[in-house]
Amino acid sequence: MSEPVKVPTMAEMLASGEVPEVLFWVGCAGSFDDRAKKITKAIVKILHKAEVKFAVLGTEEGCTGDPAKRAGNEFLFQMQAMMNIQVLNGYEVKSIVTGCPHCFNTIKNEYPDLGGNYEVLHHTQFIRKLIKDGRLKMKGGGKFKGKRITFHDPCYLGRGNGEYEAPRDLLEKLDAELTEMRRCKSKGLCCGAGGAQMFKEAEPGNKEVNIERTEEALGLKPQVIATGCPFCNTMMTDGVKNAEKEAETAVMDVAELIANAEDL
Amino acid sequence: MGISNIVFLIVFVAAVAAFTYQVRKIRRNILLGRDTDRSDRPAERFKTMARVALGQSKMVVRPFAGLMHIFIYVGFVIINIEVLEIIIDGIFGTHRVFAPLGPAYDFLIASFEILAVLVLVACVVFLIRRYAGDIRRFRMKELTGWPKTDAYIILWVEIILMGAFLTMNAADGALQVRNDPHYVQAGSFPVSGLFVPLLANLDSSVLIATERTAWWAHIVGILLFLNYLPISKHFHIILAFPNTYFSNLNDQGKFTNMNRVTDEVKLMMDPDADPYAAPPPAEDNPGVPEKFGAKDVPDLTWKNLMDAYSCTECGRCTAECPANITGKKLSPRKIMMDTRDRMEEIGKNIDKHGKDYDDGKSLLGDYITPEELWACTTCNACVQACPVNISPLEIIVDLRRYLVMEESKSPSELTGMFNNIENNGAPWAFAQADRLKWAEEA
Repeated sequence: MSEPVKVPTMAEMLASGEVPEVLFWVGCAGSFDDRAKKITKAIVKILHKAEVKFAVLGTEEGCTGDPAKRAGNEFLFQMQAMMNIQVLNGYEVKSIVTGCPHCFNTIKNEYPDLGGNYEVLHHTQFIRKLIKDGRLKMKGGGKFKGKRITFHDPCYLGRGNGEYEAPRDLLEKLDAELTEMRRCKSKGLCCGAGGAQMFKEAEPGNKEVNIERTEEALGLKPQVIATGCPFCNTMMTDGVKNAEKEAETAVMDVAELIANAEDL
Repeated sequence: MGISNIVFLIVFVAAVAAFTYQVRKIRRNILLGRDTDRSDRPAERFKTMARVALGQSKMVVRPFAGLMHIFIYVGFVIINIEVLEIIIDGIFGTHRVFAPLGPAYDFLIASFEILAVLVLVACVVFLIRRYAGDIRRFRMKELTGWPKTDAYIILWVEIILMGAFLTMNAADGALQVRNDPHYVQAGSFPVSGLFVPLLANLDSSVLIATERTAWWAHIVGILLFLNYLPISKHFHIILAFPNTYFSNLNDQGKFTNMNRVTDEVKLMMDPDADPYAAPPPAEDNPGVPEKFGAKDVPDLTWKNLMDAYSCTECGRCTAECPANITGKKLSPRKIMMDTRDRMEEIGKNIDKHGKDYDDGKSLLGDYITPEELWACTTCNACVQACPVNISPLEIIVDLRRYLVMEESKSPSELTGMFNNIENNGAPWAFAQADRLKWAEEA
């Protein structure tokens, strides 16, 4: 697409005596998963466009421990958490934006008990704030104007933390035709990846959860299924492929929609 | 005081005593659980209770069933004012002792009658839904046998009680028309009054017998029903209030922190720690180190156990569960029913064999299988759906903790995921040194 964008690390910032406004917590999926990396880059482009002084931890970042905790491995979770908290507190981080609702939930809700207290925002909340503060100006929907979009609520953003509106507020900026699934917001159906299911085969049943959810979304004949979570993205993308609807329906993160609409 | 008043007093005192006895057992069983602090933020707790239990805010998410439930709920609460009068009449041999309230009394009786009809309608609708409706959550395996019978008993008893109440009023109304000296002019009977003309040909003695029979059936029925509550899912009418008061007030995404693990991890990360120090003893049982996670009912918190007694098996949790919807074995409702059944079993063991009896069984394994636990996506749909703020998820995670940390039993892919996080700080086998590579790729 375009040339690599500059991504400063906390170590570099510290070396040059600078203090970033916010730490961008990339997360494991955002760092390593090829599809999720595109979401990471979209978030970075938006941060640059809005002239946000940010930094990442880079190689000093480690898994928040979310999948370990949900799977019942509290030891591993707390070891990860304490290592991350040592790093974050070492840099005197105050404010964090995450690219993943699981990292968001874990750092926001579960790190305080272990000595990590930060203001944590999910990227959709942060981008909405940038627009509200006039730092990011949307010129209109761009290529998504009038397109049919449905939003799949990530469990750990929606039910987990009560944030249903931030992603929807952003989608409204696209001048798209927003359409809701029957099971949306607090009644949203999980994509099937949470609780460490992402990393294992599903237990025996008669259907995969992501197929059930994608069928519901595809029933609305959307051009875009929007998500706010790299794991939901994987699950829904697989579901769309399974239904052989890749030509009609794209699965995209809200951050990608905003970045693409602005031709970033 | 006549013989009937003495009989009434004996029946009444016996019923209250038996109920108290049963409730104390339930309280003892709930207190088998570990401690958890739910005493903070009392104002917010009252608000939650007022909104969710008193205000039925989560019931009306399903509007039709919610409305029918409100009929029964309001009917139950309001008609109990009448029960107070019945008790006073029963003990002192008075008749309609509140009658001097005049117009206010007329209004009360009239509203009781209308509510009674609404309760009848709702019970009939609920029975039809259960007998003939095609509602998946009422047709599932865990709802066969006693749980199914329990549901039918509750609805039929409520129908009988309302029937007795209206019959009593109809006979009373007919006797009032005849100016029977014992039956004072009192009350307004918008519903039972419709039946008074039909009773015109009956002899007064028959009417009095009918009125007395219905009166006794009504109050004895209520006292029996009171004692049925503790062995039934219907106990939710009482526990819904404390259970919502003690709700989890944190964001649902936040899972509890295990402080014991924190202590150990801090020791591991502390270069000055004594590696040979003995583990701190469990709070309630010095000498035995506390388990990590839950294997059996006493390892859960008292709130988890109160949840189990508050569950009325409506199955809204299971209807929303993504694992259950896609045919997996997990049913959050079954998790709650199993917890209650196992707790009752432990309670009976204590009654029979004393406090320290071990029957060799446990919640994990004998009631709940690992397959059920590993099907959970921790999505919180069950927690969100519960009309009385029960959390099946907390129990599921605590049982998983035991499987993983005490028995090292997790699906092999998860063991791989744990190893990856431990070795390279990500759930996949990518090197930590490559974490920023994405920034170099355009």
